[in-house]
Amino acid sequence: MSDTAQSAQPSLDELRAEAMEWGRKPRRFGSWYVTEHMIRAMRAYGWTIVVGALGQPVLYLLGLAAGLAALIQAPILDRGVEVDYLTFVAPALLVTAALSVASEEMTYPVMAGFKWRRYFYGFNASALSSPQIAHGVIIGATARMAFAVAAYYLFIWLLGALGIGWTTVPNPETGWLAVPAGILAGIAFGIPLMAYAGSIEDDKGQFALVQRFVFMPMFLFSGTFYPLDTLPGWLQWIGWISPLWHGAELGRLATYGAVVPPVMIAVHLAYLVVLSGLGYLWGRRIFVERLAK
Amino acid sequence: MPEAVIRADNLVKAYTAKGKPDFLAVDGLSFEVAPGESFGLLGPNGAGKSTTMKMIGAVSTRTSGDLSILGLDPDRYGPEIRSRLGVVPQQDNLDGELNARENLYIYGRYFGLPGKVCAAKADELLAFAQLEDKANNKVDQLSGGMKRRLTIARGLINDPRILLLDEPTTGLDPQARHVLWDRLFRLKERGTTLVLTTHYMDEAEQLCDRLIVVDKGRIMAEGSPASLIREHSSREVLEVRFGSDRNAAAAAQLQGIGDRIEVLPDRILVYAHDGEAALERVTASGLHPMTSLVRRSSLEDVFLRLTGRSLIE
Repeated sequence: MSDTAQSAQPSLDELRAEAMEWGRKPRRFGSWYVTEHMIRAMRAYGWTIVVGALGQPVLYLLGLAAGLAALIQAPILDRGVEVDYLTFVAPALLVTAALSVASEEMTYPVMAGFKWRRYFYGFNASALSSPQIAHGVIIGATARMAFAVAAYYLFIWLLGALGIGWTTVPNPETGWLAVPAGILAGIAFGIPLMAYAGSIEDDKGQFALVQRFVFMPMFLFSGTFYPLDTLPGWLQWIGWISPLWHGAELGRLATYGAVVPPVMIAVHLAYLVVLSGLGYLWGRRIFVERLAK
Repeated sequence: MPEAVIRADNLVKAYTAKGKPDFLAVDGLSFEVAPGESFGLLGPNGAGKSTTMKMIGAVSTRTSGDLSILGLDPDRYGPEIRSRLGVVPQQDNLDGELNARENLYIYGRYFGLPGKVCAAKADELLAFAQLEDKANNKVDQLSGGMKRRLTIARGLINDPRILLLDEPTTGLDPQARHVLWDRLFRLKERGTTLVLTTHYMDEAEQLCDRLIVVDKGRIMAEGSPASLIREHSSREVLEVRFGSDRNAAAAAQLQGIGDRIEVLPDRILVYAHDGEAALERVTASGLHPMTSLVRRSSLEDVFLRLTGRSLIE
C-alpha cells in the first residue's frame, strides 16, 4: 500500500478523473466478475455438482431401462413415430437435469446473497451494479446447467453408441441440439425462480414448497414419461405452461425427430424466451430495489 | 483549503409505506468532508446515520437535495464513485463459503483488478489485518473481531480514496476495538479520508477530526469533539447516585450546585467546571451519595444536552 500512499492530496478534478477511469472496467465486465464469484463459491460443493451431473443420468436411465422400459416392451407411439421407451424419456430427463440445477442455483444462493450471508450487499458496495449481480447469478447457474446437460447428453449418446441394444439418440447429427434446448428450458424456469427467491424477505420453507408443488408436478405432468396428450384434457395445461414440456419437445425433435410442426417449434422457443425475458425484467427490478433499500 | 470530497446539501431520504405518512430517515443534512479528514456521524440508533452512509456509498438514492462524492453525482456515476470507495458495513457480509484470502482476492476482482494484483493485495492486507495465519480458514471459523478486521481489509483492496465505516466496532470486545482503532489511525496517517458512524462517544473522540451529531435525521451540532464539548458542556462532570428511588428527591436539593443538573434514572449528573469542588458542596449540604465519580465531559454529555436523550438506549 505504501506505493499508493498519498501525503499530498490530489485535486478534485484528479479524483474525478481517477474515478471515471476506475469505473470503466467494472461497468463493462462487472457481470463476469460476479459470475467468477458464483462459480468460485460452487467449488465449495463442487463434488456434489460433479457427482450429481454424472450420477443422475446413470441412476435415472439405468433405473428406467432396467425397470420401466423392460416392462413396457412395446414401443411408444409418439405422433405416428414409433420409438423405444428409453428414447422417448431420455430428452425429457435431460431437460429435467437443467431444471433441477436451476431449482438449486437460482434459489439458495440468492437467499444467501440477500439474507443469510448478505454478500450481494458486499458486491453492491463495490464497483458492481445491482443488475450485474443478477446477471452473474444467471450466468453462473447457466454454466452449471450446461455442464449437467452436456454430461447427460454424453451419457445417453454413449448408451446408444456402445451398441448394447439401447438406442437413446437415433439422430446424433441433430441430437446435440437437445443440449441448448435443455439450457434454454433451464433458464426459462430458473430466471423467474431467481426473481421469486430475491423477493422473499423471510425464509419460511418456500423453496421446499416450490420443489414439491411446482417442480414435482411439472416433472410428473409435462409428458416426461408419456406423451402429453395421454393425459386427460383438464391436466394437459400443466404441460403447456411448463418449461419442461416445451424443452422436452425440442429435445425430442433433436434426438429422434419427433413430429413437431414448425409453428409449434416456434411456439416452444418463443415461450421459453418470453418466460426468461419476463423473469429477467422482474428479477432485475427486485435486485435493484432490494439492494438500494 | 482543498475542495471537499464529499458535499451534501439539504440531503433528504424519505421512505414511503402504504397507508403511512412518509418517514424522513434523513431530513435535510448539509455537510462537507475535506480530503484526508476523519469525519464522524454520531447519533443514537435510528438517527439516520446508516441511511446517510448508504447514500454516500452510492447504493441508496436520495429523495432530494444535492450530493457529490469525489466531484461526481452518485445517481449517475454509482460504479465510478464506488470504485474509489472502501466500505465497511454495519453487518459483515463476507462470503462464508470462501476462506479469508479468497474473500479479499475475489473482492479485488469486482474492481477489475487483475488476478495477480488481487493476490498480492490480499496477502498485504492479511498482514495489515493481522490475519496471515488465518488466510486459509473459512470465514465462518473466524471470531467476530477477526471478521471485522477482514471486512476492513476487504474495504481497502482498491486503495480507496474514502473509507466508509458504519459502526465499525459495535459488538467487539475492548481489545479488538483497540486493534481496530490502531489500524484506522494508520490509514488516516496515509491520507485516506475516513467517514464513520458510531454511537460510542469514546470512539468518535478517538478517531474523528470533526463530527456531526445527528438525531431524527437532522444535524444537532457540528464541530471537533473538543469544541463540541467546550461549547455544549462543562469541563467536568460529577456523577452521584443516591439509589433509584431517591435520585429525584436528592436532585431537588442539589439545585444551585454546578452549571446544570441532569437527572437520569440511575444517577444524577452535575455539570461543573470543577467536579471535586462540586462534590464538596454536595456533601456540605448534608447529602451523602452512595457512589460518586468525577470525570471530564464527553460527547455523551453533549448529546444528552442537545437531545435530552442518551446515545445508547
